[in-house]
Order: sequence, then C-alpha cells, then structure tokens
Amino acid sequence: MKVGRFTAVLAACGYGFLLSPLLLVCLLSFSADDYLTFPPSGWSLRWFGALVANGAMLQAARTSLLLASVVTLLALAAGLPAALAVARGWVPGAVAALLSAPLLLPTLVLGLALLMALQPLALVATWPGLALAHIVVVLPFVVRIMTTALSALPAELEAAAATLGASPLRVFWRVTLPLAAPGAIAAATLAFLVSFDEVVISLFLVGPRLTTLSVALFRYTESRTDPLVAALAVALIAVTVVVVLTVDRLVGFTRTIGRT
Amino acid sequence: MSRRQAGWLLCLPALALLTLAFLWPMAILARMSLNETSESGMLVETVSTATYVKLAEDAFTWQVTRDSLVLSAGCATSALLLAYPMALFLFRTRSRWRNLLAIAAIAPLLVSGTGRVIGWLAILGDGGMVNAALHAIGLPTQHLINNWTGVRIGLTESVMPYTVLALLAGFGRLDPRLEEAAATLGARPLRAFWRVTFPLTLPAVSAGWLLAFVLAISAFVTPHLMGGGRVFVLATEIYDAATQTLDWPAAAALSIYALVLLLVLMLAHGTLSRRAAA
Repeated sequence: MKVGRFTAVLAACGYGFLLSPLLLVCLLSFSADDYLTFPPSGWSLRWFGALVANGAMLQAARTSLLLASVVTLLALAAGLPAALAVARGWVPGAVAALLSAPLLLPTLVLGLALLMALQPLALVATWPGLALAHIVVVLPFVVRIMTTALSALPAELEAAAATLGASPLRVFWRVTLPLAAPGAIAAATLAFLVSFDEVVISLFLVGPRLTTLSVALFRYTESRTDPLVAALAVALIAVTVVVVLTVDRLVGFTRTIGRT
Repeated sequence: MSRRQAGWLLCLPALALLTLAFLWPMAILARMSLNETSESGMLVETVSTATYVKLAEDAFTWQVTRDSLVLSAGCATSALLLAYPMALFLFRTRSRWRNLLAIAAIAPLLVSGTGRVIGWLAILGDGGMVNAALHAIGLPTQHLINNWTGVRIGLTESVMPYTVLALLAGFGRLDPRLEEAAATLGARPLRAFWRVTFPLTLPAVSAGWLLAFVLAISAFVTPHLMGGGRVFVLATEIYDAATQTLDWPAAAALSIYALVLLLVLMLAHGTLSRRAAA
C-alpha cells in the first residue's frame, strides 16, 4: 500500500527527534573545544587521545569486556537447558513466567535489592557479585530467544534421529543444538550487549577498584560535560556496532532476529 | 527418569541463579522495608510499618508520586504521537530502505542511555545546538536542561524505540484493504485514516502507551542526568535514599510502594482495555 506524503513527513520528524542525540554525540566526539558546545570551534581527535590515555577508563573497559563475556557464557549455560525444558513443555508454565520475571522489575529496584542482599555477604564490588547481578538481567533474554528458537524446530527431525537409534543426548548434540545455533548466537549477542551497556544495577554493585565502562561514563557525565564523554559514548557505540556486524557477517544477524 | 523430572533438572541451574540473585534479594528488600531508621540515622532491626507510615505522612512523597505519574503519562503520550507515523510508515512502505529504517528506529536501544543523554546535553545545553540557533536570531538563552523540560524531552526519546516496536507488533492485524475500501467509497485520506485505520490500531496504541508509561516511570538514568539533581521522581528518590542519605528502610519501602503502584496501574489498564474491547 502507498504511503501518504503526510505520513512520510511526520515519520521523518519522528526519526529526526529520535536520532538527533546519537548524531550529536558522534559529531561532538570530534570537537576541539573544552566543553560540549555546538557548533564546536574546531575539529580534532584530542578527546579520543584523552580517552586512550585515561588509565581508569581503560581498566573499566577491560572489566566490562571480560564481565560481558563471562556473563554471556554462564547465562547461555544456564539458559539453554531451561529453554529446552520450557520449549518442550516439560515444566509448568509458571517456571517460564518466573524465568522472565526479572524483566518486569525496574532495574533500579532490582539493583537496590541486590545491594541489600550482597552487602552482608561482602560480595559488593567483587567479580562474583557483579557477574551474578548481570546474569539475572540477561537470563530472561536468553531463555526467551532460545525458547522461541527451539519451539520453531521441526520435531520430526529429532524423532527421526531417535528412531535411527541415537540416544537422547546424541540427538541433542548432533541434531537439536546445530539447528538451534543461530538462535543461540542471537541470544549470546544480545546477552553480551545488555551486560556491556548495563548501568543502573551496576551502579549499586561497583566499587572504587572495580567499575564498568558504562558506570564510568555515567559518573563522568554526572560531574563534568566535556567532549570526553562524547568520545567515550562513541567508543561504546563502536563496540556495539562491531559486535552486531561481526555476528551479521558470521550468521546473518538480521535473518536470525527475523526468525526468532 | 520421567520427562517432568528431566525438565526440572534442566531448569535447575537457571532457577538456582534466579533464587540466589532475584527472589532472595527481593525478599531482603521487602524485609528491609519493615525496619526503621532512628533519629540519628542508625538502622533499627524491627518489624513495623513505621517507615511506610512516615512516607505516607510526608507530603513530599505524594508530590513526587504525582510528578512521576504526570511526567510518565506526558512522555508516553508524546512518544506515542512521534512514534505512530514512524510505525505506520514502516508498516506500509515497500521501499528497499525499509530494513535499514526499521533498524534505525530501534538502534537507540543498542546505545547506552547515558550516551543518548550526552547527545541531548549537546542539543539542549546552554551552549548547545538549540541555544546556538536562538542566539543566531537574537533570542535569549533558554535553560532546557537540569529541569523538567530536559527530563521530558530525554525520557520521551528514550522510550520511543519501544513504542515503535509495540505499535508495529499491533499493526500486524491491520488490513490495508479496509482503508482502500473506504477510499473507494469516497472517503478522503484523512477521513479514511480517522474513521478506519486509527480505530483499528487502538489496541496497539493502548499497548504502546502502557509500555512507554511503565518504562518512563521505571527510568532512572535520564531523570537523574537530565534533571541535574533538581528534578525529583520516584526513581531518583529511591536512589538518593539508598546512596545519599543511606536510609535503607526508606529506600526499600519506596521501592515496594513503586512496585505496588506499577502493578495497580497495569491491572487498571488491563481492566479498562478489556472493557473497551467488550
């Protein structure tokens, strides 16, 4: 059906509003000024230089990348079997509901609850505490995507493999898992990105010696507004783009998302 | 081993993690809200509703509740108004740029909220793009950040991608032939939209509005950073009680209050839309 010109103009306004902050962040990361002013008096790469020279930021970046990787692996390890049980209807529907429950809570409330629970155990500002918190946030995404992916598989293939004498475990490894691989990759990508960008829950659980890049960006924005924050935001965007493009090259991300 | 047992075994790791890092912390939070804070700011272990009573008697709590509700309702409405034409365009277009445009509409979701706030600071700040344009035509500086205006704008933008997604999901049932039929019968495009398309998309509009509202009232990063400490909503109050005044019972009680408020609003919305559908 044809799109009216009026609709197209209004849609363009919506796009303009939605994307203008992203555009401005990218532009101002190349500013030569000392403050976030527009238009900048000149262009330079000085703030990217300042970013790379900032030891605390680099340390936070290393923490974020490592944390997101560990969280992704653990969330997949726990989420994949659960998704299989949910997709096959082996557990009551209440279990599936419980597995996506953390998504319904404001992250601020969940972060506060985790702080109150982990403080007495001396797990605040530690790797296990931070990883545990992130896993709870990404697990619902993993379980949901994997449940959809596994439900879409034709049951006949598994039945055929079983009829031909394959043990249930062998059926899972040789038939189910390869067929569900695109879904698993989509789930892993989303888990990585959600963990990498998570800020509210981490705010409660980081400490002076262990902080993530998104928390560092938040703290910096709270106190100062020079183009360093824009450069850092662009660096975060770059990580996201690289992850999405890599996955797209490997398996066709848009296709994967479309299917799940 | 029965299928049921196998199912539970497969869910065991996930359920263990969830118990450890979700159910148990939520129980601790609920328990904490029944404690008290003494005059000197010490935590008193007890079981009482004193913290809730103190919050209920404080006029500021009601002020913040009202402000949060008004802010979220306003942001949900403006996000819906901006997102509706985008979703309609994406739903109808046969352009080969459709996929790219769909990705552009949800791309902000993949960018940290803080990054988008920084963009808004560059647009709305005293030295930002809008004020540069105002100066160019001889108008005085408008303060658009560190106040409600900034929070409203930033929050509207931050919930928009979700609104587009919710609308698109709801548009799936929209039959373009109905609008064509209206046009064939002589309705002008605006009339066809208003009398045919829009009523058919009302369920999607209602679902999109609720999603935007819930996300706006749960949001913390945008009100905190765009408000510059001068805008008080439920989320910023919870954060300040937990990390600035270190009044954990108050932070916990406010959290429980916010959760109950959200639950009541969602139930009310469900009842209303069921009644509208009937």
